[in-house]
Amino acid sequence: MNDILTIEDKTFTSRLFTGTGKFSSSQKMREAVLASDSELVTVALKRVDVQNENDDILVHLQETHIHLLPNTSGVRTAKEAIFAAELAREALQTNWVKLEIHPDPKYLLPDPIETLKAAEELVKKGFVVMPYIHADPVLCKRLEEVGVQCVMPLGAPIGSSKGIKTIDFLEIIIEQSTVPVIVDAGIGAPSHAAYAMELGADAVLVNTAIAVSQNPIEMAIAFKMAVQAGRMAYNAKLAPVQKVAEASSPLTSFLNNY
Amino acid sequence: MSFKNTFEKYDWDTLEEEIYAFTSVDVKLVLQKEVISLEDFKVLISPAAKPFIEEMAQRSNAITKKRFGNTIQMYVPMYLSNECQNICTYCGFSMTNKIPRKTLTDTEILKEVQHIKNLGYDHILLVTGEANRTVGVSYLKKAMELIKKHFSNISIEVQPLDQGEYEELKDAGLYAVLVYQETYHKETYKIHHPKGKKSNFDYRLDTPDRLGKARVHKIGIGALFGLEDWRVDSFYTALHLKYLQKAYWKTKYSISFPRLRPHEGEVQPKVEMTDSDLVQLICAYRLLDEDVELSMSTRESEVFRDNIIKLGITSISAESKTNPGGYSVEPQSLEQFQISDERSTADIAKMIKSQGYEVVWKDWDRSFV
Repeated sequence: MNDILTIEDKTFTSRLFTGTGKFSSSQKMREAVLASDSELVTVALKRVDVQNENDDILVHLQETHIHLLPNTSGVRTAKEAIFAAELAREALQTNWVKLEIHPDPKYLLPDPIETLKAAEELVKKGFVVMPYIHADPVLCKRLEEVGVQCVMPLGAPIGSSKGIKTIDFLEIIIEQSTVPVIVDAGIGAPSHAAYAMELGADAVLVNTAIAVSQNPIEMAIAFKMAVQAGRMAYNAKLAPVQKVAEASSPLTSFLNNY
Repeated sequence: MSFKNTFEKYDWDTLEEEIYAFTSVDVKLVLQKEVISLEDFKVLISPAAKPFIEEMAQRSNAITKKRFGNTIQMYVPMYLSNECQNICTYCGFSMTNKIPRKTLTDTEILKEVQHIKNLGYDHILLVTGEANRTVGVSYLKKAMELIKKHFSNISIEVQPLDQGEYEELKDAGLYAVLVYQETYHKETYKIHHPKGKKSNFDYRLDTPDRLGKARVHKIGIGALFGLEDWRVDSFYTALHLKYLQKAYWKTKYSISFPRLRPHEGEVQPKVEMTDSDLVQLICAYRLLDEDVELSMSTRESEVFRDNIIKLGITSISAESKTNPGGYSVEPQSLEQFQISDERSTADIAKMIKSQGYEVVWKDWDRSFV
């Protein structure tokens, strides 16, 4: 079955997106990314030296099937984000950007107002914008209206590994969205990823859970399989959840006697 | 409103009595909690918590890995000047110490920069004494202009400044400011800082407020251990941290743990802080706050630094020189204090990697400031 994810000009056979932070070495990061089969890998602009073609992170991600997704982590305002995105576009030769504006350095929660402002501007400047946001259905529609090519609502606070805590809002977002929905942040276990996919998310982004695992490569494979399983289950349509158990002694069976 | 209002609600002696009265029952109760409050922090830094240090260390290790990953950030200090109009009884640069004074010229700054860049650093900490006429905001600004082409991230540890001055420096590329209260014990503070602008306890106490208002990205706080009881001073530091996090929520914070080191014009520590005390404190901070950066300098010994990497520390310096021009211009001039771990940057990086951590050189971009 042809189950390709398309975002703007790119297609993905893997619905698992990954990150590059928190690994014990760039070599480990590379091995985990390759094991995950991920085709979209986000990298913080602040962590790479774009002037240096031998930058340790970048040299470890040169496979043709891997698309780099620069992110703006570290910026606090729309203005800073736009500047960072432009810098990344020039340095990394990609017009894709993961828009992260979290003025709060403690929980790294995204600023919806600045994100919307920056997204609008970046779309006008020709970027493919992937905004990291709260699981806020109205914000998602507003972002769609300004032309973002997907939305990335959080499952739980970033790095928390708490799983899909925003489920009620994610369900609404998935139902309403006309652009791909990628659940980003909070996914701590393959079962969380599978769950998000079963709900109908188009993809998930996982970093911490793989990077800080005792065995990042095994964990990357586990996530790959979980995402595939979740997607397959979504496509196969889950059995409806019964609100009431089927009674063994029906109350209305006497009606059959008429 | 400033931290002074919060500070004044607490009494040193009462706190001290309280911290020293906890029992192992109190500690066990705290260690069962998911979220550690400031009140719990008091228990964790108390003598009663000492037998639980391994449990605290395990927890600190796990939390730090989750939040910061398997990474350690590298930074290096660069002393620009040892001119100082303060008397600080414990400091090598104190005004009354008869040492040759030096402030780096532009050419000398660039020479030091070249040397430091060759070591691999991308995050730099500029340090001075307090000599506002020669080493004031205009000097610092000029120095930053020279330096910012070469480093992604610039921090300073200089005399406390006014909000407007911090704003000016932020616009020139400043990322973080470190300013330690030295001690939160007002009377002891006066004894150790009898003369100069630094003798103003309140002005120093409210410096992080001015930094928060100036929207400087990161504020580093701490106490100098040895001047007073480290437990009470650390409680005040944690109180300061929690206050700042609420008041200036867009700012990042870091804590440092300087212990008194030998220097010119010796003052013996009034209160000793052992290695085990310092480990207990570092772990207690991590349990209190998952996100605060914890920084370790070369004041500490090789063995201690090798082992502390896994216990909650997130950034570390190496091969530091604490004298202006110490790297290449005037390696023989007098230091602010003696460093303890003299290993090369490459050796430290190797040590960190061997423990399964990635050495991070760059984690900021000039374009963000």
